Amino acid sequence: MSIFIEATIKVIAAFVFLLLTTLIIIWAERKWVSDLQNRIGPDRAGPFGILQSLADGAKAFFKESIRPARADFVIYMAAPIAAVLPALLIFLVIPIGAPVEIGGTEYTLQVMDLNIGLLYVLALSSIAVYAITLAGWSSGSKYPLLGAVRASAQMISYEAAMGLALVPVVLFAGTTSIAGIVDGQQGTFGAFLPAWNIVLLPSFVIFLIAGFAETNRAPFDLVEAESEIVGGYHTEYSGLTFAMFFLAEYINVFNISALTATLFLGGWAGPVPDFLPTAIQWLVPIFWFLLKTWAVVFLFVWVRATLPRMRYDQLMAFGWKRLIPVSLAWIILCAVAIGFREFGAPWS
Amino acid sequence: MSDTTDLTADVPAEEVEEASVSVAEERRAAHDVWVSGTEERMPFATGTDEGAQEMLPSDIDPALAIQEGIEVDDDYVDEDDDHDFGDRQIINMGPQHPSTHGVLRLQMELEGETVVRVKPIIGYLHTGMEKTAETLNYAQGATNVTRMDYLSPFHNELAYSLTVEQLLGIDVPPRANAIRVLMTELNRVSSHLLWAATQGMDIGALSMMIYGWRERETCLDFFEKTTGLRMNHNYIRVGGVAADLPDGWRDDVASLITTVSRGVDEYEQLLNENPIFLDRTMGVGVITPKEVEQFGITGPMARASGVNWDLRKEMPYCGIDQYEFDVPLGKYGDVHDRYEVRIAEIRESLKIVEQVMDSMPSGDYRTEDRKVTPPPRKRIDESMEALIHHFKLFTEGIAVPPGTAYQAVEGPRGEIGCMMISKGGSRPWRMHWRAPSFAAVQALPVMMTDSLVADVVASLASADPVLGDVDR
Repeated sequence: MSIFIEATIKVIAAFVFLLLTTLIIIWAERKWVSDLQNRIGPDRAGPFGILQSLADGAKAFFKESIRPARADFVIYMAAPIAAVLPALLIFLVIPIGAPVEIGGTEYTLQVMDLNIGLLYVLALSSIAVYAITLAGWSSGSKYPLLGAVRASAQMISYEAAMGLALVPVVLFAGTTSIAGIVDGQQGTFGAFLPAWNIVLLPSFVIFLIAGFAETNRAPFDLVEAESEIVGGYHTEYSGLTFAMFFLAEYINVFNISALTATLFLGGWAGPVPDFLPTAIQWLVPIFWFLLKTWAVVFLFVWVRATLPRMRYDQLMAFGWKRLIPVSLAWIILCAVAIGFREFGAPWS
Repeated sequence: MSDTTDLTADVPAEEVEEASVSVAEERRAAHDVWVSGTEERMPFATGTDEGAQEMLPSDIDPALAIQEGIEVDDDYVDEDDDHDFGDRQIINMGPQHPSTHGVLRLQMELEGETVVRVKPIIGYLHTGMEKTAETLNYAQGATNVTRMDYLSPFHNELAYSLTVEQLLGIDVPPRANAIRVLMTELNRVSSHLLWAATQGMDIGALSMMIYGWRERETCLDFFEKTTGLRMNHNYIRVGGVAADLPDGWRDDVASLITTVSRGVDEYEQLLNENPIFLDRTMGVGVITPKEVEQFGITGPMARASGVNWDLRKEMPYCGIDQYEFDVPLGKYGDVHDRYEVRIAEIRESLKIVEQVMDSMPSGDYRTEDRKVTPPPRKRIDESMEALIHHFKLFTEGIAVPPGTAYQAVEGPRGEIGCMMISKGGSRPWRMHWRAPSFAAVQALPVMMTDSLVADVVASLASADPVLGDVDR
């Protein structure tokens, strides 16, 4: 099969998978939050309200798109697209299962295994900042402007922490290819303890915290803090354009969860030996991947239902005074450990 | 026809100018900052389109701090303000904003995210209830006042009824008093629970909101069972209460106490040691005891600042002094202290409710005075006098002798006072209310200035203003 056909099929499959997942995440979040809050949650559209996000999407689609008179039209319309595109693109480098053999050819369950996979992810998540900042700025309104300023400060500083948290992972894996990092986590420590990167605990925690901040989720949702600045950057958006920001946020939640599962929780590698018959053996890694990812998604929702929102200055202080120094120290520690491992102790 | 007469035509030009200058100065001195739409051109008016109510220029800003005869620790007036408005913007928070608790409007001057000045603008919920009261007789009055502070309807009704009873010079039976205490204290619990919910939501703890509403619901269920309505009950009336407690009220109240105490324990588990919650509330929106006195703040807000003033202790009403309870006090006067004081007050109120439950006297739930209480339906068929009284009460209303009375009760937000002047007849001649939320809203600039936008929301929520109470 030509590589182009293969890529096309994979891209379409990934796109459909991502959109479907997002619809389910939105529904699942509302269901979980309502369970945590003693509410019923959506239960009208479809069984258990599972079609709720679809109904909301349809509603947004048919709603009038209101544009403020003072908005900068081109940027105002481009910002939602700039929010969705990077979110969609990040997913392309995440492997959702072990390579599959069909008719003698091996196919990876990953759209593209870039050798600079991690850098690609970081670069794209930086672009997402532009979308939010420009959306806030181009709305020509005050609350969105406040949201935009918050977004640029917050996402840039947490971008740094996130990047630094990933350095030890790269150091130990010796590659920035995401498939390579997953391969590095196969096998076990000792008898049965899976050799996942979660042993790099500081990295894991910092990456997760920075992930919360990157996706503007509670307790770092001050970019769109409803009780303070109404809706933040998307205050002036309505209809489809608003839906696109909404979509981007949830795709990002899934992306960060998938990345956490991939980089720290062993990706598609399972903690128990394979047990299914060979014919459907390829489903098992996908199951593990989805299980881990959804566990992290649940963590996102749980945190949102529990924690209050941080304040702007506290958020910045936390990022620059805690996360970044800790991750720098941790990088040095890891580098020294690797140095010992590779070259032996300098005194020996 | 179209002759426009220039009134100043005969007067020399310089005199006009002089006169207008002095008038302007006088007006400024007299009205200070509360004059809006002054003729002068203001620095903000040129650059912004904020509508009619611009922020006034900074040079007369101290007026906001030093209102007539009152000197305030003005930590919010920037003395060496250099009028560099380049980085500043004015933003209107409200009247339609998710966290302004109704229709309060805060005009904020922001420098980045720092609030330089705040001006609360009220009046969006003004419905002229004090004036309306002049056309309603004393039996109808309670339906009117219960809608003022709509989160503590019983306290409004109680203040109204006590005032009228003071004018009438009647006492209510002990059971009526006990029921009044029971209902008002439960109302305090429900109001504080709602506050806990909104305070949580405003600082981003979304679940807190639902939890607070959940427990409040148990209170409202009991209110509904007793009075027929969840809010605006018209239950506490002149001469007693409208109806006796329902059958099985003891079980209801007992289960309510268990549910609410368990809920409050849960809130404390959720929030007390949460570092983000502590960061967001500690040292935010501080009010000193001195400012408390100067602004006339009462209630939990005053007590959070360490001012030991509780009308239930200082000027007891309805025999509330026979029950044992503590007055929780704060120390620093910040949002966190207000949180702790209110949570403690919920527990204290439940303590009172428990005691009322154990010591509920039997007897009438309204006064026997036939000039105030209509006779039972059955008596009307038997007695001509009863029929006459019934007729007179429902056509003319309660006849209240001339006089002036003021009575205040300790509402969930502070001192709810009712001032009433009667010139005889069945309607008050004038009525005015002392609204605790009004004082709290007045103090908002002190709490908010030099903080961040997020703190504004936290401070506002901790002041717990009810705009129906502020505007009336």
